[in-house]
Amino acid sequence: MLLPALGLLTLFGGWALVSSLELVSPHFLPSPFVVFTTMVELTREPYAGSTLQQHLLASLDKFAVSYALSVAIGVPLGLLMGRFQILDWVVTPVFEAFRYIPPIAWVPFSILWFGTGFLAPTLVIFAATFAPCLLNAYRGVRLIDGTLLEVAQGLGAGRLRTMTEVLLPGALPHIVAGLRVSAGFGWQSLIGAELIVGSTGLGYMIVQGESNVAPSVVLAGMITIGLVGASIDYVLRKVEDRIRRNWGPSGL
Amino acid sequence: MRVVESLSWRWLIGGGSAVVLAIAWYLLTGPLEVLSPVQFPTIEDAIDSLSQLMGPGYAGATLWGHILSSIELVLLGFTVAVATGTPLGLLMGRSRVAHAYLNSIFQLIRPIAPIAWIPLTILWFGLGTAAKVFVIWLAAFAPIVINTITGARNIDPVLVAAAQVHGASRRHILFDIVIPAAMPTIFTGLRISLQACWMVLVASELVGSFTGLGHIMILATRDLNAGMIFIAMSCVSVLGALSSLALARVEHWVMPWRP
Repeated sequence: MLLPALGLLTLFGGWALVSSLELVSPHFLPSPFVVFTTMVELTREPYAGSTLQQHLLASLDKFAVSYALSVAIGVPLGLLMGRFQILDWVVTPVFEAFRYIPPIAWVPFSILWFGTGFLAPTLVIFAATFAPCLLNAYRGVRLIDGTLLEVAQGLGAGRLRTMTEVLLPGALPHIVAGLRVSAGFGWQSLIGAELIVGSTGLGYMIVQGESNVAPSVVLAGMITIGLVGASIDYVLRKVEDRIRRNWGPSGL
Repeated sequence: MRVVESLSWRWLIGGGSAVVLAIAWYLLTGPLEVLSPVQFPTIEDAIDSLSQLMGPGYAGATLWGHILSSIELVLLGFTVAVATGTPLGLLMGRSRVAHAYLNSIFQLIRPIAPIAWIPLTILWFGLGTAAKVFVIWLAAFAPIVINTITGARNIDPVLVAAAQVHGASRRHILFDIVIPAAMPTIFTGLRISLQACWMVLVASELVGSFTGLGHIMILATRDLNAGMIFIAMSCVSVLGALSSLALARVEHWVMPWRP
């Protein structure tokens, strides 16, 4: 308990010390107090067109739309690929071809296809979140005990019922793990996309702070980005734990 | 026999799907005109862009110049991350005190996406090499540290105790037991962080740069040159794949005892 606190003290104390002794110029690294007051100010006075909350909501909005799309396509496709080998063979080469393209490299095409407005980062978030959604659903299905499927079919379950009552619940712990990984990728990629294109969002705010040489705004934005990323991760981790407890191998 | 049959089917269907993809590209951009040349390049556009890049060059350099500058940044950032991340991970994995002290700092900074550091590093170091190497280092650092900690922790304590009984020094235990036993997990971290390196490289080149594949992409976006974007993306993808292959080679060379 003592040592972790000491660690945090070193971080913030060191930061406060370095900036208050003016070892570095405030244009380089403003003190933690300045960053904190900037953060409070940003919630009241608009910066780069919006307040901090509005930038935050804009980012979350863009994130939610593309993430939902990616989950809605990726998870069912992964389940089907796990179930029907033909589909696996068809999709895998296409998937492999795109595998090594970093999601952020989709920014240029995203601009050409969706313009520079609200939809600009769509393709980027989709590219970042699709693969983990699909792969985890696929793995979840592949790891289901074959006997379960045979029993279900032996008891007269049709394809649809096998899907909804055996495959989906069986793969659920894996699916949720995939959702968590992909949410992290998606959030990071969204910020990256906002640095390059758009006129709202946290990424846009910090890049504006950079061009105005306002490091306190940049740092306030970075802290918000970190807090939101950690919260998304925390919520999904709770969901994951819960599902693992209720649906995981021990619960079956 | 079944295995062989199913393998060849797999290749046939997979190849078929690749061919369909190529035909779809040709039809959608060519005769059907579903995608305009501004949205996605035709096959000829892509080839033209490639030959322009090879010959006179684009965005201030030829393709080789851009590729070399991108590779250099990734190699630099990745090497620095390996050189700093593995010792720190070993320390945090083997010493409870070091872990208790450093982990809180680490966990507090980690949720801030490495990409979000790009504007700050531009303020600190400008648009040149230093800023990019710093961000790449940052992105590669966390996965290496986390996996090294895991690897260094999950070592059979009996092994360490046995070595101690036989009079092994701390140095011997570190180099002959801890590091070899943690190596597979360390390499898992290296693989993850290598991919992160390419991602952050492209991001930081897109935000601001003078050369590199990301620089091609952002200029081509302004010029509405879809062919150029396509070639640059393909290059990043091929380089990412090649560097992963190279890392797998290194892994095999470092750990010949693993299949």
